Amino acid sequence: MIVCLLALALLPFIADKFTVQLVTKMMIMAIFAMSLDLLVGYTGLVSLGHAAFFGISGYILALLTPQYQAANFWVSLPLAVAGAGVLALAIGCLVLRVTGVYFIMVTLAFAQMLHYLFHDTRIAGGSDGMYIYLRPDAGIFGLRPFDLEKFGDFYFVVFALFIAVFLFLRVVLRSLFGQVISGVHVNEGRMRSLGFPTFRYKLASFVLSGMLAGIAGYLSAVQFGVVNPDMLGWHLSGSVLMMVILGGMGSLVGPILGAFAMMLLELGFQSLTKHWQLPMGLAIVLVALLLPRGLVGLASLRSRSKEAVDA
Amino acid sequence: MPEPIMETRELTRYFGGLAAVHGVSVACNVGELHAVIGPNGAGKSTLINLLSGDLPSSSGSVHLRGHNVTGLRSDRISRRGVGRSYQKTNVFLPFTVFDNCRLAAQSRLPSSMRFFKPAAAYRAVSSAAVRALTMAGLEGREGAIVASLSHGEQRQVEIAMTLATSPVVLLLDEPLAGMGAEESARMVDLLRKLTKDHAILLVEHDMDAVFAVADRLTVMVNGQVLESGSPAQIRASRAVQEAYLGVDDV
Repeated sequence: MIVCLLALALLPFIADKFTVQLVTKMMIMAIFAMSLDLLVGYTGLVSLGHAAFFGISGYILALLTPQYQAANFWVSLPLAVAGAGVLALAIGCLVLRVTGVYFIMVTLAFAQMLHYLFHDTRIAGGSDGMYIYLRPDAGIFGLRPFDLEKFGDFYFVVFALFIAVFLFLRVVLRSLFGQVISGVHVNEGRMRSLGFPTFRYKLASFVLSGMLAGIAGYLSAVQFGVVNPDMLGWHLSGSVLMMVILGGMGSLVGPILGAFAMMLLELGFQSLTKHWQLPMGLAIVLVALLLPRGLVGLASLRSRSKEAVDA
Repeated sequence: MPEPIMETRELTRYFGGLAAVHGVSVACNVGELHAVIGPNGAGKSTLINLLSGDLPSSSGSVHLRGHNVTGLRSDRISRRGVGRSYQKTNVFLPFTVFDNCRLAAQSRLPSSMRFFKPAAAYRAVSSAAVRALTMAGLEGREGAIVASLSHGEQRQVEIAMTLATSPVVLLLDEPLAGMGAEESARMVDLLRKLTKDHAILLVEHDMDAVFAVADRLTVMVNGQVLESGSPAQIRASRAVQEAYLGVDDV
């Protein structure tokens, strides 16, 4: 793991621009996947509408950015994340009243409502989306610690946030709150009879997860300089859910592996064939069949076979 | 006689057209073990579910320390000092024995909306968990994953979790079910010990155990109270003999 981190930290000094930008995108998706795993893997709530929070945050940045000026990074990021949180609070209050398959359907429905709101009205360019011509300016108190227009600087900002989100979730999962959501995941009824008002904790998890998705959405909007309704669509919600499942639910490394693996696979198959989605689908089916715990299952598989050899 | 800490008045619950519990009034006092017996389907478990808030009642009321708590959800009832155990083991199977109890003890903190301090750093919670699992006879098994325990030990975890919430009223739904003779004897001892400073409502099929620990007995048949009184009175009751206890002798 330390090797991976070191490689990520040194990458901009050794790799070309294309690779650096690709890895930037991967880390953004890894943040997104980690945020969903808090919900799916740890709280036991399978959402198929997580792109809503990713997208709304990007849209907030686009709407905050004046046409020929840059928005301020230190203002726009917190606002975008808070906006995603408020949206998650509103949607969460409604969708958390149902469970199981209904929860999946209702989260999907809300995300699609939002998708069509941006698609079919003239808010932020309708179906064409909206450009962000200038990346946010990182100026604060007359200082400018980094310049997001430089791809190397942007890489390190994403890298720092990626690490921060990972560490934040690690701490949260060990806290009292983390224990409660794991309990809810395993046996919600018993949590209630132990005296935990479970709705509140599920809602907090939903909001937290939405806000972290907002960080990813903001960064994605910065990277591509454009937002469009697809950022809120079910296609993206499905992709990120697949990353979580592919990598392994209920671990923090899992979604990261899932995000990296899925984007590498996508790239690999795209270079081979125009119909890259077919082998992609097969690859995911194979992982699901052979590694029910996802790619993180590989590590424990290896240690188990090692134990077998030692014994 | 002092006011009972928890009581029901004319409590009724319908499942469709069936009155699973019909017009039941029972009371629990601290220092007393009140056992509810009756044949299968008499409504004993439903009664516990109504008292704990797991099920809403159709009519009638539940009172706790003089307050009407009818219709409060199970988490609110629990926070007011009512702990329950389930007939069918209802625990956190993938967690360790200690984590099960720790989670139960954690429920007594005013709030668990704490995101940063590690749960393991809450000393009082951990020691409450250890106290509860020791009382239930699980010392030395703290680190075991509950799913890997024997059925009897899982029943002990069930009890330990209930105790870890430091309740005043205990609603125990067949705590002896599936326990071996030795485990049962230990549980009976524990029940006696707990009776001193708890109000216990016990639903149990093991008649020897019931008559050994109960201070008061209520016999339910078809959702209704057939008879209620001291163990001696119940043993002598003709109605009970005919409806229930006599069945074994025939």
